[in-house]
Amino acid sequence: MLLKYLFAKNDEIPAGSATIFFGFSSIFWFVVGTGLGSFNAAKLAFPDFVTGTEMFAFGHMRQVHVLAVIVGWISMAFGMTMMYMTPALGNTKLWSEKLGLWTVFLWNIGLSLGLILLWLGFTSGREYSDLIWPIDLVVICGVLVPLGLNVWLTIAHRKTQGIYITNWFFGACIFMVIVVFTVGTAPELFSLSGLTEAYLTFWFAHNVLGLWITPVAAAIAYYTIPKLTGNPLYSHRVGHLHFWAIIAFYSTPASHHLMSAPLPEWLKSFASVEGVLILIPAVAFVTNILLTMKGKWSMFVENVETKFSITGVMLAIPLNMQGGFQQTRAINWYVHGTGWIVAHAHLALLGMSSFLEAAAVYFGLQQMLRRKLYSLTLANLHYWFFLIGFCIYWISMTIAGLIQGAGKIYEVPYIDVVVAEHPYMIARWVGGTMVFTGNVVWLYNMWMTAREGTLVPRGSYPHEMAYDR
Amino acid sequence: MGFRQYKFGAAGVGLMLGFSMCITLFGPSNDFRSGVSTWVGLDKQLSIGRVVGFSYEDPTVSGAGKPVTVILDKDPQTGAAIDPPQRFYVYTAGTKFSPGVNHTELLGPGVEELSLQKGKIDQADISRGAVFTVSKGEFNGEEIDYVENVTATRGWDPQRTLTAAGDENSRYVGKGKTIFISEGCWWCHTLLPEQTQDWQMFGAPPFLGDFNGEMPTAFGSDRKAPDLLHVAARNSSREWMEMHFFNPRLVQPNSIMPRYDYLWGKVDAEGNTIDYAKWRKEYTAYLNGESVYAPEVPKPAANSEVRALVDWILTTLK
Repeated sequence: MLLKYLFAKNDEIPAGSATIFFGFSSIFWFVVGTGLGSFNAAKLAFPDFVTGTEMFAFGHMRQVHVLAVIVGWISMAFGMTMMYMTPALGNTKLWSEKLGLWTVFLWNIGLSLGLILLWLGFTSGREYSDLIWPIDLVVICGVLVPLGLNVWLTIAHRKTQGIYITNWFFGACIFMVIVVFTVGTAPELFSLSGLTEAYLTFWFAHNVLGLWITPVAAAIAYYTIPKLTGNPLYSHRVGHLHFWAIIAFYSTPASHHLMSAPLPEWLKSFASVEGVLILIPAVAFVTNILLTMKGKWSMFVENVETKFSITGVMLAIPLNMQGGFQQTRAINWYVHGTGWIVAHAHLALLGMSSFLEAAAVYFGLQQMLRRKLYSLTLANLHYWFFLIGFCIYWISMTIAGLIQGAGKIYEVPYIDVVVAEHPYMIARWVGGTMVFTGNVVWLYNMWMTAREGTLVPRGSYPHEMAYDR
Repeated sequence: MGFRQYKFGAAGVGLMLGFSMCITLFGPSNDFRSGVSTWVGLDKQLSIGRVVGFSYEDPTVSGAGKPVTVILDKDPQTGAAIDPPQRFYVYTAGTKFSPGVNHTELLGPGVEELSLQKGKIDQADISRGAVFTVSKGEFNGEEIDYVENVTATRGWDPQRTLTAAGDENSRYVGKGKTIFISEGCWWCHTLLPEQTQDWQMFGAPPFLGDFNGEMPTAFGSDRKAPDLLHVAARNSSREWMEMHFFNPRLVQPNSIMPRYDYLWGKVDAEGNTIDYAKWRKEYTAYLNGESVYAPEVPKPAANSEVRALVDWILTTLK
């Protein structure tokens, strides 16, 4: 089906095709990514779990998990939401459905290739930029630029006068992530070395999170919550405060990831102050969305997409409180490099961001397939497995991190820290496995939705229909 | 359509992002340029060569095309004694030089001048190969370390130097760091003691000039195991390292480190095939209390990956 459409005329491809392929790809990669995460966690709890081969060594799989989740699940879910939200908000069609399909096709090919190579040990040895530079070039030229073209030209051809906040984010964030990827690959392309390389590695790592993953996830909530509840956004102006604060403040604190490296002190202090300013866009975002819910809070209980969305927004509160303060010198020396940071990273990616994207993928797939969800029970099962699994993971890793921090300052021999962390490593594995199980249920549910979901008549939304399934 | 908000908006995004880029990219680049290479920095870059990690010369990230570090106590040319023994970095013909040799400004002010004037590193020729060492010299009244191209200053031939050193004096440091990168050791072991209580457990944090020309630096961010920057200063036993890599539980029962027995390859130092299945069976018997001693860890072959990895640890991480 995908192959047929790749070579069809643009006008003959049904609207929403790119959304659907992006949606299923993203769920598939979510299953793969969390499956790898669960496997890796098992190895941390039980080091002899699968042993003796290079391919299943922790050091070969950790980065595959990270990139499958970031580039596979999260970024593809972003691609999916861009394919249906951007035209809907401009009251127009997607600029090119065919380009969208080519993007998802190349994305899956390039990512599979990149991850297999990474698994085999072909790596640049740079965290988050692990993919070797030829694959980085595929990501930039074959994935990000075509995605950007589609979004920018859809916005340019919109039939509305203004541009809604979601599209501001989409357009700007794709531009910024292209810049970030290009600069982030530069050390490999031009053999930059030493502290320049170390700094650029974390410059990339910070900006791909701060200018791509978190703001686009927030932008999605600006669409889903008003759409689901029927309430207009509480304040477009506060939304703009969020947008401009992200651009101005959050493009600068990269070096707060390297507070203990011999970088220039002015740079670290500057980054640390700018890092606290994340609280401005964060408060703007959370208040704006929660106030939009006014009068519709029952939907948080009754409607599964709202449930996912609002959970994501609520997880943004601890996320930004941690993020704003843990990078200051006063706190960073205690938690840096510990499980606390692992917990925080999962709060951002698996908590806040993934819940918001899951809501958008649930909603978008039903909209584009014109079919109501196959089973609400399974969707709720997914939600609770996801949330409880995530909470187990987050809490256990936070505790493990605090133990590690205490071990650091009280000069405890490291092996004692490893022993003390063991129960939390088991909890982490249990939590991760629950999330994985939930996602397998989700993939099944969406697959059955595409095949057997009740048809939704034109003019109504899937979630408005009676709970007939 | 009077007010074209998106034009102001697009310009605003460009302006703000450009400003951020100036501060976060252009600003620190000036500071990095002024970093003077320390001995540690010069030793690291000369011993690991151009790039560790994916590159043209080593696409599979297995340690091909890297220089060899040799520790010599006598001059291979004249036979004169070198006391104390000194490290020389042998680049055989075709091996790519480390970044500081081709781009001398990476060495930092002072080191660059001395390396060019006294060290003659600009005469290094990739088609002939070269032997380098780190020498002490005076610049503006201060003693600093600089790179000396021994092939140009003393006429050492790379291949002869390697033969004179022999396997027992060779350290496959470049290949070892490559294994550290490709096996993902740095996902758990950081190379960056922090400027807090880490001093007591893991030693001094690195200095500004310790990284010139190193790629990748692999600081690590997620510490699940001890910091390794000065591990060889705490434990310099090759035998312990080999047992620990083969099965960490042999020397540290509570360790969660994976087994790296596959780094031994097919044969041991004597050329005998390593029977992993038999080893595991005996190890299980030992765990169950059926035998008193754990099975012997095979002696690694000279070209095995674990040999290079231990070489790197014991030579560089001091």
